[in-house]
Amino acid sequence: MPPTENTPTTASASSSPAIEFTDVEKSFGPTTVLKNLNFTVAPGERVTLIGPSGSGKTTILRLVMTLEELTDGYIFVDGQPLTFENRGGKRVELPKKRTREMTTRIGMVFQQFNLFPNMTVLENIIEAPVHVLGKSKAEASKEAKELLERVGLADKADAHPTRLSGGQQQRVAIARALAMSPEILLLDEVTSALDPELVGDVLGVLRDIAETTDITMLLVTHEMQFARDVSHRVMMFDGGQVLEEGPPDQIFNNPQHERTRSFLSSVL
Amino acid sequence: MNDNVTTLLNFLPQLWEGVQTTIILTVAGSIGAVLIAIILGLSMTSPSAWLRVPARIIVEFFRGTSLLVQLFWLFFVLPLFGFDLDPMACGIGALALNYGAYCAEVVRSSIKTVAPGQWEAAIALSLSPTRRMIRVIFPQAWALMIPSIATLLIQLLKGTAVVSFITLSDLTDKTTQLRQSTGDTMFAFSVSLIIYFALAWLLQELMNFLERRAASALGRRRPNSRTDRREARRLARADAVRRDRLASHAAANEGANHSTGADPTKNPFPGQGGGL
Repeated sequence: MPPTENTPTTASASSSPAIEFTDVEKSFGPTTVLKNLNFTVAPGERVTLIGPSGSGKTTILRLVMTLEELTDGYIFVDGQPLTFENRGGKRVELPKKRTREMTTRIGMVFQQFNLFPNMTVLENIIEAPVHVLGKSKAEASKEAKELLERVGLADKADAHPTRLSGGQQQRVAIARALAMSPEILLLDEVTSALDPELVGDVLGVLRDIAETTDITMLLVTHEMQFARDVSHRVMMFDGGQVLEEGPPDQIFNNPQHERTRSFLSSVL
Repeated sequence: MNDNVTTLLNFLPQLWEGVQTTIILTVAGSIGAVLIAIILGLSMTSPSAWLRVPARIIVEFFRGTSLLVQLFWLFFVLPLFGFDLDPMACGIGALALNYGAYCAEVVRSSIKTVAPGQWEAAIALSLSPTRRMIRVIFPQAWALMIPSIATLLIQLLKGTAVVSFITLSDLTDKTTQLRQSTGDTMFAFSVSLIIYFALAWLLQELMNFLERRAASALGRRRPNSRTDRREARRLARADAVRRDRLASHAAANEGANHSTGADPTKNPFPGQGGGL
């Protein structure tokens, strides 16, 4: 990773990158979406993935969250293998339980919120802390209420998700992901399903998180101003490859590739 | 006709016994069917072929053979292997297996219908597969499967009639006895129809209750529920009041300000039940 003036301060604290892709390949049937992909994300770094639809941005997030199976290659989180490891030159799949332990460090917020409709807001948030991390219900509830306070929904703890607006649901989803105290937060087009007037609240919450925590963030977004404000690095994807990458100022103001220029002019 | 009524009244205790047998078969058979359906249905969604394939074979076998033959098999063939089941156990077993196989398919397809995003959110939270199924997927699938299961359980109720072939004296068997003692075929079978219908209606009401509860647990209401109808009436009333007010405003403004005068005949809030 090239050092820039807004390189995360924690980057030097740990020797291994938060996320590392090594020769990653992903195919859906005959279609190859990612090929020979290599990149790393430093701890505390905020990386935005941009690129035309079908360029594989969302697939990268889904691979890190283990929602898709790797076709080939390896992904490391904190230097440890996530789904496959190289054992004496052989590519071996890790036990599901081991992978699940790894994914407790990773949180994801989805485009469609995906709150559990059969639980209240509070139950949504405390489910995993209680049943995966083994926290007591009282402790998890207390933390959940603090998180709800933080996302501006302290009064909605006992509401059903279906009674909330899209923006409120997404803020609950963010609180739910944060309740697991993740080291890595994946944000997959979190404002794309929202009415324009609700986007600001959600982005405000994310800005707050970006400013007050050192969570590593990997985000796919069409909100270019937001990407510019919070990212340390922007990666432009096309055809499953990193076309160019750099600090947001460089990518947005002085893109090197014609493809990046035409993409940015179509979205800005 | 009077004779028939007298005979019926004298026959009531016996008829009640028959109804009880039918109810026991229906309730126990339904509970068994739903349990079997959940076990087989979940197995059919398992990623492990060791669970999926046997479950699929069992489901296809019990769906593909007749209830009557299964009943005879349990009652007449099992004793040949040294397993002597009493008729009631055979009846409940056959009903549970046969309808359980049908319901299993409903369970499987309902689980598959739960939005992929729900599975993904559960994975993203690192919930274990068991926890994911119990807390996230099944409660949502449950709401989807109740209407189809309700239909199958009503069929099970009607299917209980075949047990009279294995010496059980259920409602149908008692009906035949009533017919013999009155000699009036139409009367006996009409009584029987009404009782079956009443039982089916009770069962449907119970399933409706479960469906409402499952839907409200998901923060949804059944379409056209009482609450929905009440809401529609409330909106219609509010609409009528608003229309009156607009009409009087328009009348007051008549001549004074033509440009702001609203057309009182036009619903100013289209799509809000103005026609109700």
